[in-house]
Amino acid sequence: MTLLFSILLTGILTENFVLAQFLGICPFLGVSKKLNTAVGMSVAVIFVMAIATAVCYPINLYLLGETYAYLQTIVFILVIAALVQLVEIVLKKYIPALYNALGIYLPLITTNCAVLGVVLLNIDKGYNFAQSMFSSVGAGLGFMLALVMFAGVRSRIEHNDIPKFLEGLPITLIAAALTSVSFMGFSGIIENLFV
Amino acid sequence: MSENRSLSREFTKGILRENPVLRLVLGTCPTLATTTSLASAVGMGVAATLVLTCSNTVISLLRKVIPQKVRIPAYIVIIASFVTIVQMLVKAFLPTLDQQLGVYLPLIVVNCIILGRAEAFAGKNPVAASFLDGLGMGVGFTAALACMGLARELIGTGGLDLTSYIEGAKFSIPYFADAPLLIFILPPGGFFVFGLLMACVNRIAEKKGKPKAKTVGCASCPMNGACSRACDKEETA
Repeated sequence: MTLLFSILLTGILTENFVLAQFLGICPFLGVSKKLNTAVGMSVAVIFVMAIATAVCYPINLYLLGETYAYLQTIVFILVIAALVQLVEIVLKKYIPALYNALGIYLPLITTNCAVLGVVLLNIDKGYNFAQSMFSSVGAGLGFMLALVMFAGVRSRIEHNDIPKFLEGLPITLIAAALTSVSFMGFSGIIENLFV
Repeated sequence: MSENRSLSREFTKGILRENPVLRLVLGTCPTLATTTSLASAVGMGVAATLVLTCSNTVISLLRKVIPQKVRIPAYIVIIASFVTIVQMLVKAFLPTLDQQLGVYLPLIVVNCIILGRAEAFAGKNPVAASFLDGLGMGVGFTAALACMGLARELIGTGGLDLTSYIEGAKFSIPYFADAPLLIFILPPGGFFVFGLLMACVNRIAEKKGKPKAKTVGCASCPMNGACSRACDKEETA
């Protein structure tokens, strides 16, 4: 149990997907202008990450194994792409309320490197099923935390006097650098909490 | 003659005018993640160039065969196959690079530059032009990554280490290497250097009367067609 909890916290804080591992930078820069879009996108990412891990883990264990390990990339991306389509169709048909909230973000997530990244990283680290699930949800929550925090930072930048040559993307990136510095403060916290 | 000139334009546009990283703002994840050293930045650039050139060529060859409705999954299969080939080559011949790039090597498959070029160019244009477009975009990507890698490694470690390619190719700046600014090779340094590089490029573009690089939005996303600019609508609503 302690191990699972430490995996979850690692994903959220010390190895934050966006700010420490640079996965999913496109949505981080693209949909963090407003808080509600940031939250919608992150919930969709958590959802897809959890489902993708739940489906890819048995596929890797029972179908690919060691023999066909070289097929991982190609199989996982196809599974994720098909899965996202499937989830979209099912939500649209049976849970329209949820579809209205998350639907528009789902197609964007297929090519989000964070989803494929979390599946591949779980296998690299040799996690079992429960550990993989906790690590995925942790990564998703970390993504959400980064996006929500950064949406706040950006709304403050917008009304400020910015040097002309830094306007637009450059100042956003520099603000991201400072947000990332704040996350470095967490390094070492997991080891010390659970020893 | 005029055809030769237009073909050479397809090649050169990716290097400066439409540089994928600095002007189109695509492929930001590998740009930030793999530029902790010059060696890994160049390795990433070359690997992505290989995949991009091959996938562009094949997609262009098959552009009349692939049905419009399933083109994105078809593109993804083609790209993923080439990524797997490159992955195996790197594992076999450059094991140190494989360790440095880690999970980012298979993640070339979701690099938006590659799917973006397939969707915007290779699916509509003849083979020679698509090949040159892929090569040019790849060279532009590599050049941008090399700039970032060089700056981050020099400031962050106070020297350069290319021993994974050339034996003994290693030097360090005297005095500075004793206390380098370590933060530059840590994650915040990536965002910071990229921001400054972007500012420089915007300044140069402005002097030449070109528009600034777009803030990342739906326009640059390869899934643009599929989601019909949902997030842009949401932002303005």
